[in-house]
Amino acid sequence: MIKFRLEERAKSPYWLIILSPFIAILVAIILAGILIVLAGANPFESYYQLIIGAFGSKNSFAETLARATPIILTGLAASIAFRAKFWNIGAEGQLYFGALATTLFGTGLVVLPSILMIPFLFIMGALAGGLLLLPLVLLKLYYKVDEVVTTLLLNFVVVLLVSYLLEGPWKDPMSLGWPQGKSVIDEGVLPQILSKTRLHLGFIISIFFAFSVWFILSKTVIGYRIKSVGLNAAAASHAGVPIFKTVLIVALLSGGMAGMAGVTETAGLKGYLTLDLSPGFGYAGIAVAMLANLNPIGVIFSGVFLASIYVGADAMSRAMNVPTYLADVIVALTVLCILLSLVFVHYKILFFGVKKND
Amino acid sequence: MIMTTLLKVEKITKKFGDFYANDQISFEVNKSEVLAILGENGAGKTTLMNILFGHYTPDAGNVNFEGNAIEFGNTNNAIKLGIGMVHQHFTLAENLTVLENIIIGRQSIFSLSLPKRQARVKILELSKKFGLPINPDELVANLSVSEKQRIEILKTLFLDCKLLILDEPTAALTPQETDALFSTIRNMIETGLSVILISHKLNEILAVSDRIIVLRNGSSVGEIDTHSADREKIAEMIVGKKIDYPQKKKIPRKSKVLSLVDVSYDKTDAPNLSKVNLDLYGGQILGIAGVAGNGQTTLAKILSGHFKPTQGKIVFNEAKSVHTSPKSFMDLGVAYIPEDRNSDGIVGDMEIWENAIMTEMDDPYLRNSLGIINKKTSFDRSENLCETYDVRMQSIRQRSRLLSGGNVQKLLLGRWLMRKPKIIIACQPTRGLDEGAIASIQNLLLKAQQNGSAIILISEDLDELLTMSDDISVMYKGMLSDPTETSSTDKLSIGLRMAGDGFL
Repeated sequence: MIKFRLEERAKSPYWLIILSPFIAILVAIILAGILIVLAGANPFESYYQLIIGAFGSKNSFAETLARATPIILTGLAASIAFRAKFWNIGAEGQLYFGALATTLFGTGLVVLPSILMIPFLFIMGALAGGLLLLPLVLLKLYYKVDEVVTTLLLNFVVVLLVSYLLEGPWKDPMSLGWPQGKSVIDEGVLPQILSKTRLHLGFIISIFFAFSVWFILSKTVIGYRIKSVGLNAAAASHAGVPIFKTVLIVALLSGGMAGMAGVTETAGLKGYLTLDLSPGFGYAGIAVAMLANLNPIGVIFSGVFLASIYVGADAMSRAMNVPTYLADVIVALTVLCILLSLVFVHYKILFFGVKKND
Repeated sequence: MIMTTLLKVEKITKKFGDFYANDQISFEVNKSEVLAILGENGAGKTTLMNILFGHYTPDAGNVNFEGNAIEFGNTNNAIKLGIGMVHQHFTLAENLTVLENIIIGRQSIFSLSLPKRQARVKILELSKKFGLPINPDELVANLSVSEKQRIEILKTLFLDCKLLILDEPTAALTPQETDALFSTIRNMIETGLSVILISHKLNEILAVSDRIIVLRNGSSVGEIDTHSADREKIAEMIVGKKIDYPQKKKIPRKSKVLSLVDVSYDKTDAPNLSKVNLDLYGGQILGIAGVAGNGQTTLAKILSGHFKPTQGKIVFNEAKSVHTSPKSFMDLGVAYIPEDRNSDGIVGDMEIWENAIMTEMDDPYLRNSLGIINKKTSFDRSENLCETYDVRMQSIRQRSRLLSGGNVQKLLLGRWLMRKPKIIIACQPTRGLDEGAIASIQNLLLKAQQNGSAIILISEDLDELLTMSDDISVMYKGMLSDPTETSSTDKLSIGLRMAGDGFL
C-alpha cells in the first residue's frame, strides 16, 4: 500500500511560486475542457474561439479591458480588506452604492467642468462605498458581529434599494418605461480612450488605483499596519498598533474601491444606472484578489484574465453552441486550482510504502 | 543489575530542506531508566520524539523497540509496541469524564458501548499502583493542570506502555506538584517502565534522571551519567559556550511609579481579579508567583492597557487619568513582554526589521510626515537593535518566525529597552528558553533595573523569582498577597501560598 503525507517546506522554491498560477490555470482549462466535450463541442476549437472573442480584434480587446475595469477595482477592494483579515464580501453592494452616488450627484444636481466633475464623482462614489461599510465595521469592532454575514447580506438590501429607486422616485421619465436612472451629464461622462469602442477612461483610473494601493500597502505606515494586523493582530496590538483605527481605514479604503467601480460603470460604460449594472462584479473581485494572491499589481492581470474569460465565453458560446455558464465554471475551477496550488507551494508530498517488520 | 535495552535509536537523520533537524543521532534507553534529553529550542528534541512516536518519517536511521524495528510515520504502531507520549499541550476532551477520556479512541467506531466496567477496575488499579489519584467520573473540564496531566499519564499506562515520553511535563506545575510527578516517575521505574524526559529545567533533570543526552543543532553532543554530572558543565554543553549567569545587585528604591488601588476585573473573557492592591517603585523588581490561570495574565493586561479594570483605579506617577489602550500606556513608559511571545509578541510572517520597528512608527526618524517609511533608517535601527541585544539572525530581511525562542525574546525585549521604559511588565520572560538565553534575558532585565526601570516579573519559575526579585507577591484565585522581601522567604513558603495558603 502506498501512503503519502504533507510536510511543510522550510522555503518554497522561486520557480514554483512563479510557475504555480500558470499550472493552476492550465489544469482548470483542461478540466473545463472535459465539460466542453460533454457539451458536445471540440474543446480546442472552443478555446480558440474564446481567445479570438476576447483578444481577436480591436473591438473585442477593448471590450475585455472595459469589462476588466470594475473587476480590477472590486479586486483591489478585496485585496486590501483580506490583507487585514477583514472579510468584506460586500463589494457588490458597495459598487451599487457608488452607482447611486453617481446618479445622485452626476445627473444635474452638481454641474462642474469635466476636469473637476469626474474626480468629484469618483470621490462621491468612494465615499458612498466606504460609508456603506462603516456601520458594519463598527458593529464588528464594538460588538464582534461577523462581517462576512453583515457585508454579504447587505448586498441584497442594497440591490433591492436600487430596484425600488429605479422603479419609483429615480426612474428616468425619458426611458420609455425601462427601470433606469437619469443619464449622467456630459461633463461627468468618462471619455472614450479608444475610438469606436466602449473602452473608457475608467480603465486608466483603475490601473492608477492599483498602483496607488500597491504604494500604500508596501511603502507607508498605514500599509505596514494593515499587514501586521492581518498577519497577527494580537502581536500588532501589543506593539501599540491601533487596531481599531487600522481596521476602520481598511474598511473605508476597501469600500471606497468598490464604490468607484460603481462610478466607472455608471459614468463610463452605460451612462446611467440600471438594475443589471453589475452581473456580480463585486463577487468576481474576490476571485480576482485570490488569483492575484492579494497583490494589487497582480490584480490588474488577474482582472484582465477574468474579463477575457467572460467576454471570450460569449463569443465561444455563439460560435460553438455551448452554454455561457462555462465561463463561470472556468473561473471557479481556476480559483480552486490556485488555492490548491498554494498547498503544493507551501508543502511537499512525501510518498512512502509501508515496511513490514522483519 | 543487568541492563536490558528497551529502545535503540541508530543514526536518525531528519532534514527539512537543507536544514538538519536531526543529524545522525544515536542513543539507547534501558529498562527501568529515566533518560533526560536536553537541548535548546531548535536543537531537535521535539523532532526526535515525533519520529519515535510516529509523527515524522526520518530520512535515514533505524529505531528498534525490544528488538523490533518500529514502523515510521505510524502512531498506532508506536502505541501498540508500548510507546506512550504526553505532549506539552494536552489532548483531552474537556466535555467527557476522566474514564471516557482514558478509554476513548481504543474502541472500534462501530462498537455500541464502551467496556467501562473492566476499564474502571484497571484504571483504579493503575492509579493506586503509581500514586496518581483520580476520580474516574469527574468531568475533565473541572480538573487542574496537574490533574489533567495525571489523566494523560494514566492514558498511556492504560495502553500498557513500556516507554513513556514526557515533553516539558513540569512547565505548568507548582513545586509540590512537580515533586508528586517525580515520585510517580520513580514508581514507574521501580515497576520496570522507562521514561524519556524532555525539559529545560536543569535542576529537575538532575533530580530525577539517570542519564542525560545533550542535543545541540540537531546533533548529539554528549551523554552523561546524572550522578557524576555538574550543573554548569551541562549548561555549557547545551549552549556550546560559557554562560554569564546573572548577578543581582540591590539598588536603592526610587520614587513610586505606579499603584493599583482595589483593582477588580469581573468579566467572562479572562480569569478575574478581586481587589488587587500594588505599589511599584523605580529600580524595584516585584516578582509575582502563582500557578498559571490564577489571574496573572489578567493583571498584566490591565497593567499594559489591554483590559480596563471593572473596578478600582490605576495611578501612574505623573499622569492623572489614562485612556485605556496599549498605545497610551506605552506612551506613559510601560513596556509589556507578553506571556506567549509567538502569538502575542512577534508577527512571525513579517521580516525581522518590520518587527523591530513596530513600536516606533511615530518616530520621525523612521518615516516622513506623509507616512512613508524610510527603509534606510529603519534598516539601520533594526541592525543596531539586533547588534545591541545580540539577536542572532542571518539577515534583518528574514522572516521572524525562523528565529529561535531566545532570539525572538531578545528582539522583543530590545525593542522595548530602546525606548527606555519606566515600567516593564515581563510575563514568563524566560519560559521555554535554554540556559544561555535565560541568562541573557535576565541580565537585560537586571540592567534595565540598574537604569531605574521598575519591573513586574510574573513567572512560574520560582528559581527565577528568587534570584531576580526584590520582593515577591503571590497570586491565587485573582487575589494578590502583600509583597514579602525575597531575602526573608523561600521556595517552600511561596509554594504553599501558591496552593492557597494564607488567602481568605
